[in-house]
Amino acid sequence: MNLLSVTNLHVNFHTKAQELAALIDVSFTLNRGERIAIVGESGAGKSVLGFSIVNLIGKPGYIHSGSIRLENDELTKMNLRQLQEVRGKRIAMIFQDPMMTLNPVITIGAQLVETIRSHTKISYKDARNIAIEKLNHVQIASPERRFDQYPHELSGGMRQRVIIAAVLLLNPDIIIADEPTTALDVTIQAEILQLLLAICRDNGVALVLISHDLGVVSKVAERTLVMYAGRIVEEGPTLEIINDPQHPYTQGLLNALPQMTLPGQRLNQIQGSMPSLIERPSGCAFHPRCPYAKEKCKKEQPSFIHSGVSSVACFLVEDMINEFANQDQEVSK
Amino acid sequence: MTIPLIQINGLEKTFTTHEGWLGQWHFHQGKLTRRKDSVHALNGINLTINKGETLCIVGETGCGKSTLARTIMGLTSPDSGEIRYLDQRIDHLNNQQRMPFRRRMQMVFQNPYASLNPRMTVYQTLSEPISFHNPKLSQSQIDEKVEVLLESVGISASSSDHYPHEFSGGQRQRISLARALSVDPDFIVADEPLSALDVSVQAQVLNLMMDKQEERNLSYLFITHDLAVVEHFATRVAVMYLGRICELAPRSALFNHPKHPYTRALLSAIPRLDSNTTQAIRLIGEVPTPIEKPIGCVFQARCPYANQRCYDQSPEMITQSDESSVACHAIEEGRL
Amino acid sequence: MKYNKKDLTHPISGDRWNHIWSGFIGDKLAVLALLIFLFYCAISLLAPLLAPFDIDDPAFMDLMNSEIAPSWISHDYRFLLGTDAQGRDLLSVILYGTRLSLTIGICAVLIQATLGICIGLIAGYLGGRIDNFLMRCADIQLSFSNMMVAIVFLAIFQSLFGIAMYQQLAMVILILVIGLTEWPLFARTVRASVLAEKQQEYVDAARVMGISSKRIMFRHILPNTLSPILVIFTVQIANAIVAEAALSFLGLGMPSTEPSLGSLIAEGMAYMFAGSWWICVIPSVTLIILILAMNLLGDWLRDHLNPKVYKD
Repeated sequence: MNLLSVTNLHVNFHTKAQELAALIDVSFTLNRGERIAIVGESGAGKSVLGFSIVNLIGKPGYIHSGSIRLENDELTKMNLRQLQEVRGKRIAMIFQDPMMTLNPVITIGAQLVETIRSHTKISYKDARNIAIEKLNHVQIASPERRFDQYPHELSGGMRQRVIIAAVLLLNPDIIIADEPTTALDVTIQAEILQLLLAICRDNGVALVLISHDLGVVSKVAERTLVMYAGRIVEEGPTLEIINDPQHPYTQGLLNALPQMTLPGQRLNQIQGSMPSLIERPSGCAFHPRCPYAKEKCKKEQPSFIHSGVSSVACFLVEDMINEFANQDQEVSK
Repeated sequence: MTIPLIQINGLEKTFTTHEGWLGQWHFHQGKLTRRKDSVHALNGINLTINKGETLCIVGETGCGKSTLARTIMGLTSPDSGEIRYLDQRIDHLNNQQRMPFRRRMQMVFQNPYASLNPRMTVYQTLSEPISFHNPKLSQSQIDEKVEVLLESVGISASSSDHYPHEFSGGQRQRISLARALSVDPDFIVADEPLSALDVSVQAQVLNLMMDKQEERNLSYLFITHDLAVVEHFATRVAVMYLGRICELAPRSALFNHPKHPYTRALLSAIPRLDSNTTQAIRLIGEVPTPIEKPIGCVFQARCPYANQRCYDQSPEMITQSDESSVACHAIEEGRL
Repeated sequence: MKYNKKDLTHPISGDRWNHIWSGFIGDKLAVLALLIFLFYCAISLLAPLLAPFDIDDPAFMDLMNSEIAPSWISHDYRFLLGTDAQGRDLLSVILYGTRLSLTIGICAVLIQATLGICIGLIAGYLGGRIDNFLMRCADIQLSFSNMMVAIVFLAIFQSLFGIAMYQQLAMVILILVIGLTEWPLFARTVRASVLAEKQQEYVDAARVMGISSKRIMFRHILPNTLSPILVIFTVQIANAIVAEAALSFLGLGMPSTEPSLGSLIAEGMAYMFAGSWWICVIPSVTLIILILAMNLLGDWLRDHLNPKVYKD
């Protein structure tokens, strides 16, 4: 049984003028201990998806339809109290900016202890010991001293470690990390990623990593979902997606990376930019930027089809598969 | 020997941290003393930029790379050291005297959402510097120039009456570049121009910058933290750490044979797509804030090869066999 | 320096002013306030046409007609709102009074705004010692009550140059006094937004182009600080009208030959309990409605243009 299964999720933004669809028909599953990544450019809806999983999507956004199941519990039908229980204990979130989670006027120690004691009844001393142990676990040097410091006294990388420690306190089943290393320097980023990876592996925690950086994703995730304009366009094992991307968007994204061309050569760019929610193109939303777009792409939304170990929503791939199938039939005849 | 386009010698810049005059007074051991806390952003930078080349400056947050850019452009004045443009000193000039150099040196900024005035149309943004630096041009000549500029960066001239918020991030960065190009400079400082853009759009802007370089024989000082971009775009690379340059090398030398321990750590930390790369070299601790002027090597606190000499004595830049130069005692002594 | 990508992209980007305008049309109270303000502006501009009597006509003051109640009480339809103690038609006097009050209010605020914007821009953009000096001046100015400064100044002027001279110049002097005492409010707000705008890269871009400080201040930064200025502008007009009314009420404002709303109220007070309540009440109501409308408008603008602006 899947730990988390999202099926046909639609998230809308309600504005005075119109209803804007931020997520359209998003479905995916997450197994216990699995690490998946959601990749896309800004505006693709990847953060909206992250927030929607724990029903944290703020106004004017709301979940229009679809279901999000955490084992046997339907998250979309829960009341606030049940949701808070889930958010703390079973699904934890790590944001790009650690200060979104840390209270700037309370010492980090006090925040950690409070988190422990609000969920389990133990003495302050025991809670403190657990907190220091966890700080140690996330490789914070001299945790006793850090315990009494305020968030602003720590560097960005250190804060992100504290957040990971806080997440660990509650032994969640799933960690949703929304661009956890985007604001950090490369050397610190590498450390945080290693830490996150080690923690997920050691404790059997499932990870949903939201990122725009395919390099980061390739280091951490086993499976990758590529999002474009509110839809998942490709899904598959990370290595497969990186080495053999099927969807023209994924191909474009990978080919646009500087390391894909020889130094000094022109980069392979994708024309245009991500459409805003208001001016979503008809049919396949990628068609105005797609080098292979056909008449059909402008009118119809391609459905998800299996192509090898990946799934892709693209008419080009669909046609190719059909062609191969026909050829196979002819050969067998 | 040809004169380098830009030459920087011993550039230093210190910022005081206390904002107010009153905040500088401290009562200590029965005496009232005035103390200024300061951050040493640049500690003696020596650089040359040749005509037509792209010099990339790489470094982490707080290493002083943006301060370097702003100092070269005259947005902040250096404490000591000199900056020369084709052998003319430009660091101590006042606004009036600097004017001829403003045309020759331009800048592209990091944040495409803040670097264009939200209350000015694209036409106003571009025509202002043109008419300002070419007061003799007639209105129709200015119009024509704006139109040509816009088309040359891939923005349709018909959208010149639009305001910046009507454009996407990538388009705005193109307009920024067009503004920099509007005065026909031969040197452009680009301060993290891609970091706010998406991957696919980064490629567009980078391509545009390369095209313009070829067209106009531009020189770039390109500041970034993204080593993948550097590897693609740079002629030479300077690695900065805490206000000093620790390695300066031609691109291929730097990426194939990084020498300085910091460069090695930096390169190993890039998350690359091929998964069989070596494990990242772990650095101890984080980048310290340079409150005290560092004695010895700036990197000693995090360097795994540091010895007593690194704590006492600042290393000099030493040119290596492959045209790269490194400031490191360990390399000089042959320990590394 | 890195910043949050999410801050930069908004799912619904559109024309800001269009957005504000459609919000404005949706808010009935704000529309009503604007209509009232426009109505006041219209009647002040058209006062000479609308007023049933010419107040410059010597026959206008006729003691025979003094203290006639409003027409719905006295059924004397020559005077719609009745007459005052000197037999002047109250409607005509109020029309001219409103005209005077609004003129003084707007002119005074124009002076405040010009001074305040210039000082705020210079202080904010140049910074350092100049900033310190100008802002301390503003602090000193603010630490005196405006009313006190006005009273002292007007009293000294009256005793130095005599009442006759004062009566001739009353309006100009009132405008100057009210205008010169309240500039720090503008200066502080402008300085605060200039400090924020100065950090923006477009200012650096303009400096790199070699554009002069003066041009950067007025052409680049000023247009981006207009929305808080607009808010204060509306609220300050209301404040200036009240200040003028208060001074007139205290006998330091407009002379009774050229009455503003304040001096009308002051005059009416004497007859308030003698039965002729209308001489005081009707100008008061006129004033209150105007001030209320201005403040509502200002509040709405503040909420929708810049939620963080300094509230007086």
